[in-house]
Amino acid sequence: MARVGGELKLLGLWASPFVTRAKLALQIKGLSYEYVEEDLGNKSELLLSSNPVHKAVPVLIHNGKPVCESSVIVQYIDDAFAGSGPSLLPADPYQRAVACFWAAYLEDKMLTPWGRVFKVKTDEEKAEAMRQTIAAVDVLEDGLKECSGGQGPFFGGDSVGYVDILLGGMVSWVKASEPLSGSKLIDAEKTPLLAAWMERFCELDAAKAVLQDVDRVVEYAKLVMTKNAARASNNN
Amino acid sequence: MSPPVKIIGHYASPYSHRVEMALQLKGVPYELIQEDLSNKSELLLAKNPVHKKVPVLLHGDLAICESLVIVEYIDEAFDGPSILPADPYDRAMARFWTNFIDTKFSQPIWLAYWSEGEAQKAVVKETKENLALLEAQLNGKRFFGGDTPGYLDIAACMLGPWIGVLEEVTGVTLVNGNEFPALCQWAKEYSSSEALEPCHPDRDRLVAYFTENKEKYKMMAKTMLQQ
Repeated sequence: MARVGGELKLLGLWASPFVTRAKLALQIKGLSYEYVEEDLGNKSELLLSSNPVHKAVPVLIHNGKPVCESSVIVQYIDDAFAGSGPSLLPADPYQRAVACFWAAYLEDKMLTPWGRVFKVKTDEEKAEAMRQTIAAVDVLEDGLKECSGGQGPFFGGDSVGYVDILLGGMVSWVKASEPLSGSKLIDAEKTPLLAAWMERFCELDAAKAVLQDVDRVVEYAKLVMTKNAARASNNN
Repeated sequence: MSPPVKIIGHYASPYSHRVEMALQLKGVPYELIQEDLSNKSELLLAKNPVHKKVPVLLHGDLAICESLVIVEYIDEAFDGPSILPADPYDRAMARFWTNFIDTKFSQPIWLAYWSEGEAQKAVVKETKENLALLEAQLNGKRFFGGDTPGYLDIAACMLGPWIGVLEEVTGVTLVNGNEFPALCQWAKEYSSSEALEPCHPDRDRLVAYFTENKEKYKMMAKTMLQQ
């Protein structure tokens, strides 16, 4: 892999879909980097000083300068390494705006309720959060149609782009959803384009290199939910 | 002749104001279509079917939604002074802080103004921590963008005209000169900026709007904090 434009270090956690986004972007752009697995129960000095605002992963450190927030990191990788690998965002301002609109939709309408599924206490609250998440996936199907413009299976058309990477980082968790909750997040009967997207995405070399093992994610998720439930009942 | 530019917006919305600021800074003439948010127009529903919200930028036949997506579009689609920095790292910093404003900052400060009692204390504490982070970002500069307003100044516009109005209507003081001198100075720079003067909101109109909707916002805040 090319060692282009300086030293890259990624602070991460193997299970995190947000970290996976950064790994996918680096992989697709053909960039080599040092990976540091963080222990979130014992955060490193480097993590705390690099991301004092959120104290979270991923953090990309480029020549000693930190970039935080997965969506910002992916755009930075595209901007700073424009000559390396494919462009992740379209050149045309309107097409870029369409991609950024759907990226914002993904974060705000799908990921926000989905995150609640792992945090809320009651089965009713979990079911409601899942319902909102699935409703957002239905709308995202239209987003895929709009972004791809019929040019290919990806949001980027015939090649992988920004929105593909943002959603791609979540794929192992999407697959984990059925064993965890009994509901399929991406169901070929309801959202056929997204189901086809997921199949094609998983065939990519970058995806094979980076996506987490689904069974491992399921076990991890169960652990997180148990911890959250214990914390909640200790607070009562 | 370049295609006409219109904003479907609302005078009381800081998100709508972001779009006006961006067009003003680029020197792009535009028409503002005031939306009645209690009775949304066919035009709004057609141009923003996903969210049905303001602002929407209409550029010829194109419709762009989500205020920060619109601002970046304006920066790329029109000639004129740059809104985002040229350097990729500086761009990443600007995007990090605009993301911070929209995901971590906006809701707590809103709740801090409209809530009461015990529930208010927690959001006030969180808001002051957030304000301190933004205060530090100014770091002696006139604007977040440097000598002239940039992307983060646009995203932070609520800290300009809206703060004075909300503090008057609610009686809650958060952005005081003792704790946040740089932010107060920034608000003054903002309101005396010649470049932004044509799109400055009408203060009396904002006071009237928020006074009229006071009970509604207080009820909304109470509901949100109970969750």
